[in-house]
Amino acid sequence: MSDFPRWKYALVALAMLFGIFYALPNAFPPLKAVQVSANQGSAPADDALRQKVADALVKGHVATTGLELQGDHLLATFANADVQKNGADAIKALLGDGYTVAFKLQSSVPRWLAAIHANSMPLGLDLQGGVHFLMQVDQSGVLDKLENSYADDIRGQLRDKNIRYESVTRSTVAGQGIVVVLRSEADRSGAADLIAGNSPDLAVTDGPSTGDRFVLYAALKPTKLRDISLGTIKQNLATLRNRINNLGVSEPLIQQQGEDHIVVELAGVQDPAEAKKMIGATATLEYRPGIGYPGDPRAVEAAQSGSIPPDANLYYTSNGHVPVLVGKRPIVTGDQLVDASSGVDQSNGTPSVNVTLNASGAAKMQEFTNNNVGKPMAVLLINTVYETSTVDGKEVRTPKTDTKVINDATIQSPFGKEFSTNGLGSPKEASDLALLLKSGALAAPMDIVEENVIGPSLGQENITKGFDSVMLGLALVLLAAAIYYKLFGLVADIALFFNLLILVAVMSLIGVTLTMPGIAGIVLTLGMAIDANVLICERVREELRNGSTPHAAIHAGYDKAWATILDANVTHLIAALALMTMGTGAIRGFGVTLGIGILTSMFTSVVMTHAFTALIHGRRKLKTLSV
Amino acid sequence: MEIFNHNSNIHFLRIRVFSVAIAVVLMVASVALLATKGLNYALDFTGGVSLVVDYAQPVQTGDVHDALDKGGIENPVVQSVGGSREVSIRMQPTKAMLDAKGQVDLDKVSGTVMGALKAARSDATLKSRSSVSAEVGAELKSDGMVAAVFVMLGIMAYLWIRFERRFAIAAVLTEIHDTLVTLGILALTGREFDMTVLASVLAVIGYSINDKVVVFDRIRELFRLARKAEPEEILNRSINSTLSRTIITSLFTGITMAALFFFGGPAVHNFAITMLIGILVGTLSSIFVASPILLWLGVSKKDLMPTTKENPELARRP
Repeated sequence: MSDFPRWKYALVALAMLFGIFYALPNAFPPLKAVQVSANQGSAPADDALRQKVADALVKGHVATTGLELQGDHLLATFANADVQKNGADAIKALLGDGYTVAFKLQSSVPRWLAAIHANSMPLGLDLQGGVHFLMQVDQSGVLDKLENSYADDIRGQLRDKNIRYESVTRSTVAGQGIVVVLRSEADRSGAADLIAGNSPDLAVTDGPSTGDRFVLYAALKPTKLRDISLGTIKQNLATLRNRINNLGVSEPLIQQQGEDHIVVELAGVQDPAEAKKMIGATATLEYRPGIGYPGDPRAVEAAQSGSIPPDANLYYTSNGHVPVLVGKRPIVTGDQLVDASSGVDQSNGTPSVNVTLNASGAAKMQEFTNNNVGKPMAVLLINTVYETSTVDGKEVRTPKTDTKVINDATIQSPFGKEFSTNGLGSPKEASDLALLLKSGALAAPMDIVEENVIGPSLGQENITKGFDSVMLGLALVLLAAAIYYKLFGLVADIALFFNLLILVAVMSLIGVTLTMPGIAGIVLTLGMAIDANVLICERVREELRNGSTPHAAIHAGYDKAWATILDANVTHLIAALALMTMGTGAIRGFGVTLGIGILTSMFTSVVMTHAFTALIHGRRKLKTLSV
Repeated sequence: MEIFNHNSNIHFLRIRVFSVAIAVVLMVASVALLATKGLNYALDFTGGVSLVVDYAQPVQTGDVHDALDKGGIENPVVQSVGGSREVSIRMQPTKAMLDAKGQVDLDKVSGTVMGALKAARSDATLKSRSSVSAEVGAELKSDGMVAAVFVMLGIMAYLWIRFERRFAIAAVLTEIHDTLVTLGILALTGREFDMTVLASVLAVIGYSINDKVVVFDRIRELFRLARKAEPEEILNRSINSTLSRTIITSLFTGITMAALFFFGGPAVHNFAITMLIGILVGTLSSIFVASPILLWLGVSKKDLMPTTKENPELARRP
């Protein structure tokens, strides 16, 4: 053996094994499948159901490649995406609402590979088809709501302590928070202490004082603002997950992108309308005290004259457009709602919705209903619509809220955590209401700013083309290197092949989603990985020309080329890092691939080829080198 | 096998005034092109809606355009992608494509467009459709700029530390040249500039710096080895002795990108072509532009002698 240390041989052998085993799962493409699972109240999936589904599929001329029970659900596999869609449609038609029918990609990786955590790379939407949404979260509403509630609190506290004030309003200047106008300097300092004491999240500062107007500003602290913003996004993500689970899409991708964007990718879904209806609904829910009933004289008069009582808002019911007055402060909002289900009320047999609240919501509801038995309570659905208008040549999107009273019922007895609304018009109305309630309210409205539907055939085509171009690129470089650098070229070829394997293995292990730009990154990596070998081979040739012995030439070649390879790769890695930091998924995927590729190629083209070269040439006396 | 004579001693630096003048002219022309003609931004940047439509029989983009005109769709951009049977159509949404809330409804989009297309040719089938808002596009543009600046500054900092100030400046100046000229060619040819092209342009920066660093590395080495170091002579020798590697690597990378271009399909078509342009520009500038700048900045032997404190291993070398 030459001067190449043993442990490096071991390292190279390990890396090769790692590459082979962890890249292998990608040779087993996942099967297109449809998963059927029972909803609450339906019989669990069993052999009878399996038979029923099998018969329905045969009747609908949909060919399955497999249909079996797996635990509590039924799994049907299909040859391709088109058949999969037909199959899902047929099963949905057969089973109706009692079962959830979801698209699924069933892994076909052998068990022994899965046991060592070797899995295939998840495929991006561009490789398997589906819908992609990018949503922008509008957080201004959250701030509005919070500041309004603080303003109410401050009014109450001032009244309790008998501090006379002129007004407590939200500032028209953004970021200034709440403006409290008081009558004297003493009142102002008293109020400042009171607010600071009761609301630690508010920063209190003195404003200008003119005559008998003493202004006090109470604004939310920046740390609190950040918390709110984080919490808002988090809750929206959670709500979206809930809503999408209702859609029955398996393995959806729902993640935050940048500061205020959320990406949703639903593989296999081809009809964005239904998905959009569910995830794009920018509805928020509020339970508020009712003042009178829909269509009662006060409400009608307020609607006609336009003079609305100061403690009330005038809204209209969603069915029938009947005016109704409701209180201004919400009792409970949609984010405090845990569950809602439709059913039939035991006492009077009318369709009803059963609601469960969380602890904080339950406490508030209990407190309110204790004091208001016999009075009405309204459920408001607040939809946010974005209007695009052109101001000074720029497109401006302004949110516009549309509030409807979807339900107005009388409180029959005090309740807290659980309650039901009955007397609904029809079972359909009850289930619609329950779904709206259950899918949860978003903490902040969102609107879809990007939408993309990729057909399944396009995905398959992209996979084929991507695979072809990787293979062709690889073959051409292998051939060119072998011709140009002979034996050293062949060694470089082995290293390049293993570079591809190790790159794929690392990507699979980390779970990088493979996309078309990612494939482009792989191809580019292959082209550039050979660069290190070109540098080494050119160096070796140069050393030979300068009269070095073959062994000395190899030694000097690797030694001298290493500094160059390192510098070249580090600078290249900086570029890859910049690509990774880009917010957009497609570019990031490319950057990640490139970055991993640069690292793996440094290993394979320097350490691995050196090991092979040392092994081949050993300590034999050499007259020439094949380079 | 050798394509290039290893004893080549082409005097690249003799034509430095000429070669840098060409580089400057190309840069100015590129900036002018970008300012006047501009890049043909794709949906990712402009916002709007886009559809990919397949035809059973070959189709002319002009015919598709006419069919859309008849259907009352104004100013669509129709491009053929991947052969003669597939076209991509890009436009700003019309009134008929919006839903009640004023948002783009993709079902209405495909309904309107496919209606118009099927009226002319019944063999049209919809393959994919997407909509992007203008804000997202604007964000992507600024993200791209930030990333490009980040790359250049990062590379500059690294070269400053590993080499010397003049190398860092020469590299970044050449990088700016490469990026601008690549963008200029894209503007000139009217190639669609989408997200993958942005990724490709950033990758070009990475590729071309790779090329420059190899030459710079040789310059540093030769300066350290030479007893009497005439900068022009050293630089020229460095370009010549790395010439074979510069061209071979470009060819190898070019081969893979050509494979991607011809077989990768429309999704990576623009990526590959941008990379090919970038490889060409980057290779030429490595040979003809980077070293003259370095020479003018006044690089010399004493700047490059390793100090024992910094790197004891290098100091031990002859």
